[in-house]
This record gives sequence, structure tokens and C-alpha cells, in this order.
Amino acid sequence: MAGINKSAAQIRANVVSNKRVGQYHQLIINIGDLAQTCRPGNFAAINVGGENSRMILRRAFAISRVSANSVSGGTMELIVAPHGQGSKWLCARGEGAILDIVVPLGTAFGIPTEPVQVLLVGGGYGSAPLFGLAEVLNAKGCRVDMLLGASTASKIYAPMEGKRAVNSLRIYTEDGSMGQSGRVTEPIAGLIADLNIAVIYSCGPMAMLSAIDEITRGTDVIHQCAVEESMACGIGICMTCVLPVADQDGNISMLRSCIDGPVMDGSFVQWDKVGKAL
Amino acid sequence: MTALDFSTTLGNAWFPAPTFTASGCASSGRELSQFFDITTMGGVVTKSVMLKARNGRATPRMAETPSGMLNSIGLQGPGIDAFLAKDVPYLVEQKARIIISIAGETIEEYSTLARKLRSVSGISAIEVNISCPNVENRGLVFACDPEASRRVIDGVRRTIGGELPIIAKLSPDVTDLVSIARGVVDAGADGLALINTVLGMVINLDTMRPHLGGKTGGLSGPAIKPIAVRAVYQVHAEMPQVPILGMGGISSGRDALEMIAAGASGVSIGTASFGNPTAIVSIQNELRDLLIAKGFTSLRQAIGYAHRPESE
Repeated sequence: MAGINKSAAQIRANVVSNKRVGQYHQLIINIGDLAQTCRPGNFAAINVGGENSRMILRRAFAISRVSANSVSGGTMELIVAPHGQGSKWLCARGEGAILDIVVPLGTAFGIPTEPVQVLLVGGGYGSAPLFGLAEVLNAKGCRVDMLLGASTASKIYAPMEGKRAVNSLRIYTEDGSMGQSGRVTEPIAGLIADLNIAVIYSCGPMAMLSAIDEITRGTDVIHQCAVEESMACGIGICMTCVLPVADQDGNISMLRSCIDGPVMDGSFVQWDKVGKAL
Repeated sequence: MTALDFSTTLGNAWFPAPTFTASGCASSGRELSQFFDITTMGGVVTKSVMLKARNGRATPRMAETPSGMLNSIGLQGPGIDAFLAKDVPYLVEQKARIIISIAGETIEEYSTLARKLRSVSGISAIEVNISCPNVENRGLVFACDPEASRRVIDGVRRTIGGELPIIAKLSPDVTDLVSIARGVVDAGADGLALINTVLGMVINLDTMRPHLGGKTGGLSGPAIKPIAVRAVYQVHAEMPQVPILGMGGISSGRDALEMIAAGASGVSIGTASFGNPTAIVSIQNELRDLLIAKGFTSLRQAIGYAHRPESE
């Protein structure tokens, strides 16, 4: 059983900027030296609603990118969809707002020791952390190809500057309003064969992660996925965000996605048992 | 600086501070120690452990509600043997004070668990959780049945002998809490933990079905605080000599003081730690300041203070 991220700390942090990007908000938050300890895949847990809020639980957000040497000190970028009351409150914070944040939390994407061919697959705003990951992989000499999918064009998150580290980017929308019409998982089997893919990194809805696992099962391709389960604490004490995961010997147990995840080896996750009692 | 004696006792166990984790809300203390020194609080109440390893209920296990949350974990845990081998040594090594919480499916299971704890050193007390609401069979909520409650505590008392304090954790979901409390005290409980979560439900309006995998869950957080204060007050009024570990929605020093004035000798903090990993530290500091500001020279003076005669 893994332990909590050793770098995790609770801080009060300043919002440096908050910009609307399509249906999402891009928040840049000053987290000082902690930025140096954040790795692609890690997440932040943020208090929402202010001091007398009736929302008592933190909200977890994947860190999409960090900048250790920005003028305002180390910063992290979050891409937030204003879905619920908590994320709407966060998206309404302007420059200078102070947030109570616990960061960095969770596991990170494993980076290959040798330059290999990798494929990054993102669903909706799940694509956000993949751009920071692409930069790290690119710096390692990996060839990075990317697939992004969403139900419709406005839900695709693909910033211009993020594409620099990517060899090719293909976009799929279910309604055909951007890129090719269809699901992002459709071309994966073909790409694995054509490009000799060694690792697939994925982030997005559970159904997408599960579909990728089905494609990679029985192949040599490693599937590193960032899972999503609703969590109350983010620090491993509430036991609500669990997923059925097998160990090397095939024993299945309920692991916390905040501690043993969010990045997990997709082949160990028991996708057919998610949401069921073991 | 005014001197304040912040210490408290639960049965024959002494603690330097009246602040504890709540069982099931701190795992085994390891994660919280990333954020503060866990030896500064009164003690760690570990997550209720059963005889065998248990996977718990299906997800979703959580739903946030106004000023509260529902959880439906179902006592997931490693089982007593792995717990004693891996989790307890860590806490002992940290020099944390430890209250081990146990839960069983049968009266015999509680006794077996007590037997396993008899020879473990470094434990301050045992919490006997007879009130977890997240079990498949509501008949297993011993604390809803006076006779079953009494028999569980009697079995644990006989097994453990007379040394380790036994704290019975009770449910507020009963008609007559005082009579259940009286039953377990008569059977040998040295103290009471009040309250466990309150059974609740959320309907998901997308699926138009109960949101939680287990359908029902336990409500915790500030939403249940007045219920907890009432429960502590009622029981303390009838049995002022029995120490109570008060819990249910405590998230500030003021909340803690309310609970203590109602009759609690100590407080457990659970859900507040989910929203704020250092909640226990803030609550502890606020409580200390409040007691001093109100002119108390010891925590003990404030226990049950709300019960004092009209003339005082």
C-alpha cells in the first residue's frame, strides 16, 4: 500500500490569473517552491466556497502544468470546468484571490528511461494535464502523438502553445463539430501497430480509460491512466475514492485513487468491477 | 500566559489534550502526520477494524450534502492481524496515544478481537464500535438493540479483563439513547463515544435512484452537530460520572467547547479533517484560547458546565 505524496503541503496561495478558455477556465496559481515538486499526473485539493460555506469538502483538480521559474514565483496551471457549485466558485476567483490548497497529491505518470514512441489520449478537459506531460516526454526524446476527443467542439481543450511538444494531434468529436467524427478510441489499435507505440498515457472519463484498456490488453503496450473517482479528502483518510485493482499475484483490493492513483497501470484496474462490491 | 490544564481522562487513560481523531476519519494516522505532529493531539482513534480483511461497499461511497456529507464505506480494512502487524507499530513508534476501534458482525467476533488486543502494548483504550450504519444488514447495528449492545460490551469486558478502558460507540438513531448508554455502562463500558453518523440518503436526479452504491450512508459534518450536542447532554445529565468522547460535526474550537460544556470529556474530529488536514490543530488551539478567555484553569472544569444549577 502506497503512502501519501511526500511533498504534499497545505498552503494559502494567490491566484495569479484566471482566463476563460472556451468552456473552461485557466487558473494560474502561485504555489512557490512546491511547483518544483509537482509531477505530471499530480493533483491539487482546494477549499471552495469561503469560510462560512456549506460546501465542506475540498475539490480535486489535476495540475495541467507547472512553471518553476515564473516572475511571480513557482506557479501551477489548472483547467477547470465550471460544472458544480464548487468549481463555479473557483472559476469566479479573480487575480489576487487567496486559496487554501493542498498540493501536490497523488501519483505521477511514469516517464520512460529511454526515448520511445508514446501516445497521449485525452477526453474532454482531461486533456489538460497531457500537455505538461508531453513537454516532459518530448524533453526525454520521446516521439509524442496525441488524440483528443469530446462530445462536441466546445469541450475540446487544446491550447496552441501546448502543441509544440507534440508530433501529431488528432481531434475527434462525437457530433463531428471539430476534427473527425467519432470516438477518440477508434484509431488507437491502428496507431499502436503503425507507430510501434510503447506507452499510452490517458486522462479522461472512466469509460474512455476502460475502452483503451480493452485495446491494450494482451499487447506489450503499457497503459498509464489517470483515473477519476469522487473523493472527500484527497489525502487518503476518507476511503471513498476507491477502485478495484489487482496486485502482481492477482489479488484484488479496493485502492484509494488519491494515494495509489490517480495515475495507475490500466492493466491492473478491474474495469468490469468498478462501481460494484467485491 | 495563563496556565491551563488541558489534559483529560477517559476511564483510567490520561491524555495531554482532549482532542482525538474520529474512528474511520483518519485511517491509521499516517497520512495526517504529513501535515502535523500527531503526538500533539490527545490521541488517534483508528479506523474500526474487523477480524478479517474487508473490501467494503461499492462506489459511489460519498455524497456532499449541505454542511455535511454522506459516506458509505462499509468498514473496508485490512483485518486485525495485518492491522496489528503494520499500522499499530507505526503509531507506537511515533509515540502517539492510541485508541483502537473494533467492529464485529457477531457478538463473538468482538470478543475475539478483544482477545487479540489483550497482549498488544502501547494502547490507551479500546473503542467498541457497535453503531456503524454501513453494514448490509441493519440488524447488525448492535447499538439499536439494548440487549445486543449489552452482550457485546459484556463479552469484550470479560475478555479484556479490568485494565484497558472500553469506550462504546453509540448511534443517535435510536428512540431512547440514555437507556442504551446505561445498558452498556452496566455491562462494563468505561466510557461512551457519541455519536456515530446519522443514517441518510441522497437521490441522484440524473439516474433518479439512490446516489450511493450502498443506497444509504452515514451523515456527518456540521449538519449533525446539534444532534450530537443533544445526545451528549442527555446522557451526561443521567450519568455524569461516565466519560464521553463527543463527536459529530466539530469543526471549530467553539464547536468543541459546546460539546465539552454538554458533558464530553474529549472531542473527536472526523469530517473536518477531510476539508482541512490541519483542522485538529486549529480546533485544539482555538479551544485552549476559549477556555482561558472564559476563565477556566482546567479543561475538566468545563466538562458538563452547561448542566450547572440555575443559581451558579
